[in-house]
Amino acid sequence: MKNNKITGRLLSAPYLLWETVFILIPLGMVFYFGLTDRTGAFTLENVLAMMSAEHAKALWLSIGLSLASTLICFLLAYPLSMILAHMNVNQHSFIVLIFILPMWMNFLLRTLAWQTLLEKNGVINHILEFLHMPSLNIINTPAAIILGMVYNFLPFMVLPVYNSLVKIDPNVVNAARDLGANELQTFIKITFPLTLPGVISGITMVFVPALTTFVISKLLGGSKILLIGNVIEEEFTQAGNWHLGSGLSIVLMIFIIFNMVISAIFDKNGEGNML
Amino acid sequence: MKKALSMACLSAALLLPLTGCGNSSSGGNGEVIVYNWGEYLDPETLELFEEETGIKVIYDEFETNEIMYPKVETGATEYDVICPSDYMIQKLIENDLLAELNFDNIPNAKANIGSQYWDQSKEFDPENKYSVPYCWGTVGILYNKTMVDGSIDSWEVLWDEKYADSILMQDSVRDAFMVSLKLNGHSMNSTDADELEAAKNSLIEQKPLVQAYVVDQVRDKMIGNEAAIGVIYSGEAIYTQRENPDLEYVIPKEGTNVWIDSWVITRNAPNKENAEKFIDFMCRPEIALKNFEYITYSTPNDAARALIEEEDIRNSSIAFPDLSQYSGLETFRYLGEDADQMYNNLWKEVKSQ
Repeated sequence: MKNNKITGRLLSAPYLLWETVFILIPLGMVFYFGLTDRTGAFTLENVLAMMSAEHAKALWLSIGLSLASTLICFLLAYPLSMILAHMNVNQHSFIVLIFILPMWMNFLLRTLAWQTLLEKNGVINHILEFLHMPSLNIINTPAAIILGMVYNFLPFMVLPVYNSLVKIDPNVVNAARDLGANELQTFIKITFPLTLPGVISGITMVFVPALTTFVISKLLGGSKILLIGNVIEEEFTQAGNWHLGSGLSIVLMIFIIFNMVISAIFDKNGEGNML
Repeated sequence: MKKALSMACLSAALLLPLTGCGNSSSGGNGEVIVYNWGEYLDPETLELFEEETGIKVIYDEFETNEIMYPKVETGATEYDVICPSDYMIQKLIENDLLAELNFDNIPNAKANIGSQYWDQSKEFDPENKYSVPYCWGTVGILYNKTMVDGSIDSWEVLWDEKYADSILMQDSVRDAFMVSLKLNGHSMNSTDADELEAAKNSLIEQKPLVQAYVVDQVRDKMIGNEAAIGVIYSGEAIYTQRENPDLEYVIPKEGTNVWIDSWVITRNAPNKENAEKFIDFMCRPEIALKNFEYITYSTPNDAARALIEEEDIRNSSIAFPDLSQYSGLETFRYLGEDADQMYNNLWKEVKSQ
């Protein structure tokens, strides 16, 4: 027994080291910088700075856009997952592959591609012009940012929802039908509640990266739309105020942890852990 | 954010071993660690330097002065040679982070670099002790002749509603404020709260007309006819004109920023002698010419300029403007932390509108 414990610890050493170096130390640094000022004295100013007009506006805008894109992802992903779940194995594995394939490509590259597609003289507008249709002018607007978020994070919604759908025992659904429930009733009372853990983890996995993104808003929003991720990024790269940047990150972490807690309560079986 | 910080840690962790072996020397004659702007020299010149001197060059790049500064200040990586801009050199000098150069080891600098550039450098390096000019230029308006009526000579055009959604602004604090301070007739080094407030209001007023705030992308967007007017560094103008002959560069009549990027050596440079050899090598006419042809940013190296074969480039009013013809030209100065903070806060107000 004792020997097993020691080997166990030894085997976990690389992971502990990894976690310490790449998670705990950076996190500690964020807290250190966030709670001190330039002279190194303790202060809450950097955290409370979130309440200033510009920061609060950026935060609410981020929350609004990420909620919108999470909702769109959900509305697109749920029917798609149902279709996938009803297909036979050969068909659906092909479609799942189509969804995962773009994820093998760099995320930045794909977002840059959207920029080229949406530009005034971009590919989409050339095609529309050719078809004598009105041009599409959404580049550098919130709509383009939502599009970018939905595009990039949709697979994170599809996979957990699909995963929880295929796990449903067909007998449960058959029993409901047997007892006289129609399609809609079966869906509302049986199928949807059973997929709730998948939906919740899908929501977390879309909402969190959407809330913190700064690349999508920079590339597709033309830097005209300031999200909280951009504010924090610029504090580090342009303004050189690591203290304020860290302080704002701490506030953002609270939102993320809140979201994670909700997801943990609903998703006890770890169904969202497929990725 | 978390990501940025861990990236910084990661890059520091990756570079630590490099600095560790600084003294034990890996190549025949040791090494030199260079920290330069992205795409800011012809990589072939590094190979030539290594071949000739046997000194190994470890080359690293930065995107903005502001990203470079904390890395040098904390000393997490011991760079030997860096290439910051004017106001950042002043900040480095004021914070005692640079070493005085021994010009006996850099004979090519005094021999080849024009006296006017040394004079201009005195703005930020009063005794010419710390820096050797590498590139210089202006900031101006690049416009597409087919999309704009008549010729342009003023920053005012960036506030012209005719060109709504066809204007590209610089996405950096000092450059954006430079434009609006100049428009309002103030110094671009202003620290006056009222003048800055007015500049901020001008920028807010301009924002609905701006298509996007960009840095390096001005180049590609202007070449691709995405926008009619953009604020751009003169060094990019020659390149963009080559790609799209409809583009024209102009220095606005209200005046603009004349900047210099110079080589400096850090105070704790582990390989100071090699660093001086490197700077000297970069000041050789044929090497400076090679770099000019590759990056198209104006060279202060008069001997190199004389070697340029194409006459229209050698006498180009974009690459080598006669500055005495323009008024209101200034160079950025470091304004202190409080003023920096003020600029950043105002800029955030503009961006969050």
